[in-house]
Amino acid sequence: MSSVSDRMRQREFRADAAGTPRITLAHLQRGQRARVVGYGEGIEDSAARRLFDLGLSPGIEVEMVRRAPLRDPVIYRVGDYEIALRREQSTAIHVDRVR
Amino acid sequence: MSPQHDHCGAGGGALSTANVGLTRFAVVGSPNSGKTTLFNALTGLHAKTGNYPGVTVARYEGRTRLGEHGTVVVEDLPGTYSLDPISPDEQIVVDVLDTDHQNTRVDVPDAMLVTLNATTLRRSLGLLAQLQQTGLPICVVLTFTDDLSRRGGRLDIPAFTRALGVPVVTVVAGHRDGLADLRHVMARFDSWTSPVVPPPTDPAEVSAWVDSVLESSGYRLPAVDTRTHRIDSVVLHPVLGTAIFLLTMFVFFQTIFTVAAPLQDSVETFFGWLGGVVADHVHIGWLSAFLSQAVIGGVGSVLVFVPQIALLFLLIALLEGTGYLARAAFLMDRVMARAGLEGRAFVALLSSFACAIPGIMATRSLPSARDRLATMMGAPLMTCSARLPVYILLVSLLLPSDARFGLFNARGVVMFALYFFGALSAMAAAAVFKKLTARSGPMLPFYMEMPPYQVPRLKTVAAEVWTAASAFLRKVTSIILATTMVLWVLLNLPLRGEAEMAAAGVDTTDDAAVAAYVIDHSYAASVGRAVEPVFEPLGFDWRINIGILSSLAAREVFVATLGQVAAAENPEEPAQALREMTVQDGPQAGRTLFDAPTIAALLVFFMYALQCMSTVAVLRRESGSWKWPAIAFSYMFALAWAMAWLAKTVVGALV
Repeated sequence: MSSVSDRMRQREFRADAAGTPRITLAHLQRGQRARVVGYGEGIEDSAARRLFDLGLSPGIEVEMVRRAPLRDPVIYRVGDYEIALRREQSTAIHVDRVR
Repeated sequence: MSPQHDHCGAGGGALSTANVGLTRFAVVGSPNSGKTTLFNALTGLHAKTGNYPGVTVARYEGRTRLGEHGTVVVEDLPGTYSLDPISPDEQIVVDVLDTDHQNTRVDVPDAMLVTLNATTLRRSLGLLAQLQQTGLPICVVLTFTDDLSRRGGRLDIPAFTRALGVPVVTVVAGHRDGLADLRHVMARFDSWTSPVVPPPTDPAEVSAWVDSVLESSGYRLPAVDTRTHRIDSVVLHPVLGTAIFLLTMFVFFQTIFTVAAPLQDSVETFFGWLGGVVADHVHIGWLSAFLSQAVIGGVGSVLVFVPQIALLFLLIALLEGTGYLARAAFLMDRVMARAGLEGRAFVALLSSFACAIPGIMATRSLPSARDRLATMMGAPLMTCSARLPVYILLVSLLLPSDARFGLFNARGVVMFALYFFGALSAMAAAAVFKKLTARSGPMLPFYMEMPPYQVPRLKTVAAEVWTAASAFLRKVTSIILATTMVLWVLLNLPLRGEAEMAAAGVDTTDDAAVAAYVIDHSYAASVGRAVEPVFEPLGFDWRINIGILSSLAAREVFVATLGQVAAAENPEEPAQALREMTVQDGPQAGRTLFDAPTIAALLVFFMYALQCMSTVAVLRRESGSWKWPAIAFSYMFALAWAMAWLAKTVVGALV
């Protein structure tokens, strides 16, 4: 049996290549909410797996809470906690708006 | 974040030998899950620190008694979000827990205590699912249930226990009952239940499993923490937040310099007094001098920094415990990004204004090993408090107190420039090292959890201050003590007989003249002359060279050494003696030693050179090898020499 970490490393997320142009987490304005759909193609596999482990998993609802005074990073509420992401990460997370 | 226990590196890896044969429990959990609080509650202040073999990640373990069931070992593993590691400390968690992993470097625990924060269950259960794959017995320690009910969330714990299939104990920080229950459960670890089928690992299935567990245990998401929300709307406000941040930094500095100063003075006074007592009561001349100057002076010169270090760690622990440090890092992230670093590195550089040692220790809060190294390579360039006496002496030699640059006092302007360029150089150095190491290791995604504000736990704060202060004392005292003793010997040997001095025309009844003769003909003087070719282009003579060499022990020693040399020439007016000192030999003989170009070169030299063996020792301890301190010392020396030469040339052309 392979080790747990090896199996964790083999997890795959199909890149979200939807035909319709998606918006990303970075598009959200303060107070806006969205549901995570998947991760963009440009993102490294290890980064995608980490975003998943951080709770930014497909289906979860995310709210943009506030921007840092210098515009970046941005705090998001993910399910039940708050996390700051840089633009580099938020542009890789594809979302659908929740109204 | 809980940097004190996530990345601390203190001492060797010898601690587990004492705990062989005892049952081992590993405390595992994500950052902010109350892991360290639980660990401290179980082990008290009896935790031992050490390094995991081969890596820079610190290892914390302690013993705890389970009533009549004897003593067990509890190990606090670094906080992690996943068993899919992306940093060295997360790799450690995998190495320790993953029994199929072919890794024999570390002891595999007998069972795991997994801390789950009840207010962030959805995310935390993903980690639990991964941990259950290891096959080790698991007991879930549910924390922050008080926060959950305060914020209107709900969880049916019996149903939650049934859904997970493992024992669940609720432990609320500061309450003893839960802890007693936990000890009870720990005593029976070999009969812990485990689910028939472990949770899935496939991402989609994990999400479904988490959903079903939460649904069957009646989990209601806690409402947004209104207290945190209200504080954040002020503290992270674009204008107000920036002002509060700057004010916090100002108070931070003021506290370190003003509150620590009297404490430092009293430590200094105490050792001065102790040295005096020894000098009075030990009548063997050389032994008395050795004890009072080398041993007591050496220990004293280290202990002077203890109040500052303890205070600094106290302030950082308080900022950390409340949750403000994460906000400060969030505010500064963009600024630090210019150096290729992230917000958390700011805290380390900030600490380095007091002393590079706590600054380097503070890099433990950085998840990325690359960022950590880059920050460590830059931190010693921040103007630490040990440079201050050197700068003050040299600037006062350079400029009269009433000199002005335009509207400003010239001395003040020079001091500000020294601080400013020090900080700028530190950022630049960190950026360069970040670039140079860029190829090793994958790109870490940046993320920083913003924990709710809390009242800091006294025990956690105390543990952190105690660990920092005691580690500093234990590890650094030995190095500084050894250096000062060697230096004293070099400055005072070979022994000169009275006949020899009389023959050389020295008045043997004049202590100052004897001291001057001994220093002039000491091994240290030979060394100072031997390194003259290196420093001659900078305008330094052998006396400055001794100062520079002795300042390797601690920068302030430079002032003391020059003071000793000057006092030997003119005990009444040592400052005047320094000003009038001329170059004794060589082609420049007769030139005023401390002329403007030489002072400028010295100032710049001290700005860059890693003249501090304590910092080297801490770099060794925190980076886990001699490689990085060697690199730091070499690059800073080269930089110091080159910049000092430039300063001498430029100032020489202007004057």
